[in-house]
Amino acid sequence: MMEIWNRAQPLQGFTGGMMIGAACALMLVLLGRIAGVSGLLARALKLTYPPALDPLALVFILGLTLGGLFINQIIGSVEVIYPNEDLILISAGLLVGFGARLGSGCTSGHGVCGLSRLSLRSIFATGIFMLSGFVTVALMRSLGLSS
Amino acid sequence: MKLNYVASFISGLLFGAGLVVSGMANPQRVRGFLDIGGAFDPTLAFVMMGALLIMALAWRTQKKLSHPLFSTSFEIPKTMPVDWRLISGAILFGVGWGLAGLCPGPALVGLVLAPKKAILFVGAMILGMGLYRWVEQRLFSKSLNQN
Repeated sequence: MMEIWNRAQPLQGFTGGMMIGAACALMLVLLGRIAGVSGLLARALKLTYPPALDPLALVFILGLTLGGLFINQIIGSVEVIYPNEDLILISAGLLVGFGARLGSGCTSGHGVCGLSRLSLRSIFATGIFMLSGFVTVALMRSLGLSS
Repeated sequence: MKLNYVASFISGLLFGAGLVVSGMANPQRVRGFLDIGGAFDPTLAFVMMGALLIMALAWRTQKKLSHPLFSTSFEIPKTMPVDWRLISGAILFGVGWGLAGLCPGPALVGLVLAPKKAILFVGAMILGMGLYRWVEQRLFSKSLNQN
């Protein structure tokens, strides 16, 4: 039990979470938009149907990537450990991209913006993708697959 | 430069920085949250608490506004029923999320933190989004036109 709290970073998590919440709040109050990253990425790349130009979405995506770069310079390189297997990264990417569009949102759109609005669809989506994630990791563990 | 572009860029910056500060840019930490039977890491729950707290306040503010401060109208999803698309999309998304510990926001930040690995996931994710658009165009365009 103790080792869990050695790994966890509750304070950093909560602080970073408030920054993510504030970013979504700015999008909502200033621009009237939902800061769902999958939706904004699809719009930035004109991958919506029907296709439409959305420069605001493109600017958000650029900001997101640069924000990660800047803060990493300021607080010192943070630890990022990616899966070793390239095949896992590629298949996971396909599933995340397709699934987020089919399910109308991802962790930010449903998990942050939708849950806080108590949207029934977002409550369902978040519960389902979390459950699906738990099951996937448990299956990988029981099959002896490491990422 | 128009204020709405500045707002979208700043929101993106804050979002990306929040992902790094919270530890969510590290796929191992996200996977740790989904790994209940193994090396469980509760940090993601604290991130959600911080984000939901701020966004709950933002929705209360939104209700009092007739329009967003930098735009003419709110673009907020209408209340829709939970359907098979939402459910199956969330299941697929969860499998991908569990496989790699990555969702769209952290993956985009990964492009600057761990570019060689993140590019594989992001490339596949964009392909997945494109594939969804193709399917949507073929299968769903009729039902979309009826709405």
